[in-house]
Amino acid sequence: MISINIEKKLKAYSGQQWLKVNREFTDGSIIKIYGPSGAGKTTLLKIIAGLVSPEKGIIKVDDVIWIDTSTKIDLSPQKRMAGFVFQNYALFPNMTVQEHLEYATKDAEWIDRLLSIGKLETLTTHKPEHLSGGQQQRLAILRALAIKPKLLLMDEPFSALDQQMKVVLIGELKLLFAELGLTVLIVTHNPQELDGLCNGELEIAGY
Amino acid sequence: MPLVLPPSVLGFYLLLAFSPQHGVGKWLHNAFDLQFVFSFQGLVLASVIYSMPFMIGPIKSALQQLPASLSQASYTLGKSERETFLRVLLPNIKPSLFTAMVLTFAHTLGEFGVVLMIGGNIPGITRVASIAVYDSVENMDYSSANTYSLILFCITFVLVIGVFIFNKTQAKSPLE
Repeated sequence: MISINIEKKLKAYSGQQWLKVNREFTDGSIIKIYGPSGAGKTTLLKIIAGLVSPEKGIIKVDDVIWIDTSTKIDLSPQKRMAGFVFQNYALFPNMTVQEHLEYATKDAEWIDRLLSIGKLETLTTHKPEHLSGGQQQRLAILRALAIKPKLLLMDEPFSALDQQMKVVLIGELKLLFAELGLTVLIVTHNPQELDGLCNGELEIAGY
Repeated sequence: MPLVLPPSVLGFYLLLAFSPQHGVGKWLHNAFDLQFVFSFQGLVLASVIYSMPFMIGPIKSALQQLPASLSQASYTLGKSERETFLRVLLPNIKPSLFTAMVLTFAHTLGEFGVVLMIGGNIPGITRVASIAVYDSVENMDYSSANTYSLILFCITFVLVIGVFIFNKTQAKSPLE
C-alpha cells in the first residue's frame, strides 16, 4: 500500500500554484497520471522518488515512512529504490546497453531476460547515441526494472515508440508488472494509450 | 585568489607560509622533515596552488552542463554520490577533463613569478626553463635563451595543437 499526502509549491507562468495530492494506491496498482502541462505530474514522481522535497506532507510505502515533513524523516533516493523512467531517458552516454543494466544489477539472468523483453539482445554493445529514440526509451524502462523495484515511476515512457512497438511493449510490461507485483505510476499526456494497461487513474490539476 | 593575485605576490606569501622559521613551515619541518622553500617539492606544491583554478574552472563548468537527470537516474538505482561521480559524471566530461589537464600543464610550464619566489632558481634543483630563459638573457647568452625558448615553444605548440585536434575529433559532448 502506498499512501501519498503531499503539498508542493510550483513555479508557473501565472505565478505560484500548488501541487496537492492525497491518495492511496494498493499494491499491484497500475495508475495513469494525467493533467495539464505544468500541473506537477513529473514533480509528483520526483517527490515520490526522493529527488524533490515537498513543502508539506507524508509518503508511506508498506508502513515504511519515506518522507514525513512534520518529523523530518526523509529517506534518500538510494534507500527508496523506486524505479524511475525519465522523460528524457537520462541514459548514460558512456555506457553500452549491457553496461547500463550491469550498473543497475549484477543478476546476469535477469539482465538477459530484460534484454529479451526490450528486444535489445542484438544491441548490447551499442551506446545510447547509436540507438533510435524507441530503443533508448526501452533501455530506460529496462534499466529502471533492473533493480526489481517495488514501485515503478514512469514519466511519459511510451511517447517515442511507434504504435506497433507500443502495443507489443505494453503487453509484455503488463505481464511483467503482474509477475513482479509492481505498483506503477505512469505519467502520460495521452491517457487513452494506457487504457489496456492501467487499472486506476489520478488527475493532477494545479491549484 | 590565485586567479587574480599577481604570481609574485602569491609566491611571496607562500614563501612566508612555508618558511621553516615560522608557523606551518616550521611545523612541517619539525614534524615531517618537510621543507617546501627552495626545494623541488615546494615548487610542485606552489604550482599546484597557483594552477588549480585553471583546472577547476573548466571541470566545474563541464559538470554543470550535464543534465541533472543523469545523477538522479543513478541515485534511483541505489548508487551513492561518490559512485555516481566516478562512474557516470566523470566519464562524461572526459574531453573537458583532458583539455583542462593539458592547458593547466602548459600554463604551469611557463610559470615564472611563483616558482622564482618559492624555488629560488637553484641550478639543478629548482631552476625551471622559464627562469633559465630570463637568466640567459640577463647574462647576454642569447643562444641558450633561444634554445630554452624554442623548447618551451615547441612543447606548448604541440600541446595546443593536440588539444585542438582532440577537441575537433572527440571532444564533442556525448550528450549532443
